[in-house]
Amino acid sequence: MSDIQRLKDIACQIRRDILRMVTMAKSGHPGGSLSSTDVVTVLYFNKMQHDPKNWNRSGKDADMFFLSCGHESPLLYSALARSGYFPVSELATFRKIGSRLQGHPATDTNLPGVFEASGSLGQGLSVAVGAALGKKLNGDFHKVYCLVGDGESQEGQIWEAAQFASHHKVDNLIAFTDWNGQQIDGTTEEVIGPDHLDQRWKAFGWNVVIAEDGNNMEDILSAIKLAEELQAVEPKPVMVMLKTVMGKGVDFMEGTCKWHGKAPKPEECEAALKQIPETLGDF
Amino acid sequence: MTKYTNTGNKDTRSGFGEGLLAIGRECKDVVALAADLKGSVKMDAFAKEFPERFFQAGIAEANMINVAAGLSLNGKIPFVGTFAAFAAGRVYDQVRMAVAYSETNVKIAASHAGITLGEDGATHQILEDIGLMRMLPGMSVVVPCDFNQTKNATIAAAKWNGPVYLRFGRPSVPNFTGENEVFEIGKAYRLNDGKDVTILACGHLVWEALLAAEELEKEGITADVINVATIKPLDYDTILNSIKKTGCVVTAEEHFIFGGMGEMIAGLLASHFPAPLEFVAIADKFGQSGTPSELMKAYGLDAEHIVAAARRAVSRK
Repeated sequence: MSDIQRLKDIACQIRRDILRMVTMAKSGHPGGSLSSTDVVTVLYFNKMQHDPKNWNRSGKDADMFFLSCGHESPLLYSALARSGYFPVSELATFRKIGSRLQGHPATDTNLPGVFEASGSLGQGLSVAVGAALGKKLNGDFHKVYCLVGDGESQEGQIWEAAQFASHHKVDNLIAFTDWNGQQIDGTTEEVIGPDHLDQRWKAFGWNVVIAEDGNNMEDILSAIKLAEELQAVEPKPVMVMLKTVMGKGVDFMEGTCKWHGKAPKPEECEAALKQIPETLGDF
Repeated sequence: MTKYTNTGNKDTRSGFGEGLLAIGRECKDVVALAADLKGSVKMDAFAKEFPERFFQAGIAEANMINVAAGLSLNGKIPFVGTFAAFAAGRVYDQVRMAVAYSETNVKIAASHAGITLGEDGATHQILEDIGLMRMLPGMSVVVPCDFNQTKNATIAAAKWNGPVYLRFGRPSVPNFTGENEVFEIGKAYRLNDGKDVTILACGHLVWEALLAAEELEKEGITADVINVATIKPLDYDTILNSIKKTGCVVTAEEHFIFGGMGEMIAGLLASHFPAPLEFVAIADKFGQSGTPSELMKAYGLDAEHIVAAARRAVSRK
């Protein structure tokens, strides 16, 4: 089996996990989680050097991933569980009282793989920048990755982080924008345009790579490869703009803001699961 | 009355600057970040000696707090320095999320706190920061009383495992604690023994409390004076033991009554040992421009007001 096929199979299972977790919890954010599934799969199952069984929060001698858009927690939890950070069966506790899988990622439950709480938007990129700086100070040559939402990029702090990372030449950081064009109240253009996100990142001194299909494994892999090549010759952070589809993989969830923060009913979940093959076994 | 000598007025922010430099020399994991107030907050010496461990964040405090949180994950001990109005008020959600809730080892150096920031006026005179910070689970709140203690508290904050909000100020105030006194976070320091009233003070109002105790002694009222240098975690035993002895208390702080140290003591008394309490703090109104000493007088924070409050407390026993 090719590595691409292996990644596609994992992404299928993660999408099933997301839908089932959110349905069982009767709450959560399926739309963005499904649109970012492919890049997070590539990171955890192809790019990142990490040791799920021996994780510690310092991220020492390992790559680190920060989910700035913390509402995509079901995606993060599934990727972590499927990587072996904790038992897959624990996904069933998502958003339930006493669970380590809080509505938004938390550190006080000691869930392996979570470096920092996120959910109040616009903050995770700054933490990732700090972690990347820390790695440089420590002479640790591992990378820091961060996923940011396009709606989230309306937060001013994102641009404070952009400016800081550029000024301090944080060149061990590769960030991704889930550029699906949707947020709770509508399309990003309707809510507060203009978007021009790629141009904004360039203006802030970052190198920018665009993945024309941000839900396609080959496109994501080649975009990251290009980001690494740019970083090898120029001391700059890189933003990979992923042109994705909100709700990707479920026909009635695709391309709409309707499913940003809404759980499907059991029968809707069943209809959705019929469109995504079970590849690794449901939790 | 125990005698304390003012060895010369000095600003507490410079105490922070000296403490940061000292702990920076001792511990290579100490790093510092500023938001375009490196000079005002006295981080220049550290930045000059350790340029590779100093990060200028520009006028962008929110990002600075979270970058510090990220640095702390790698074992760094970051100090972020800015005015208290920005360190607590402007970035409350960042401190809540990335520092307190995420339990990161970030030290918030909050300078120019309170009304004695002076001429810049109410926009910059934060008087609610103790309240904001003490409400956050896991956050330690430290308010040292003079230059020497601010230096020693800075060193203690670096060695403390967990987030610390370290509050100090702009003006020169009496410097009377020992140069090399070891500062313990979580400890209240009793400076004078008395039997009639307990005066609990923090920050530079500790000196005012000592002046007040001297004045009260002339009237035959003797005061326990306690420096509540750590608001959280509060040294319950030292404070309660004193109030059980004296039977009444005055709290003195450069803060709003709402949310301040005094309200914390009121809560302690209500649940453990009901006793008369008089607040020396600012009522429900913003500050204004003026010199620090003018404002201390106008807003009722000086020794004279502590004396009056002590008389009232004693009369209510």
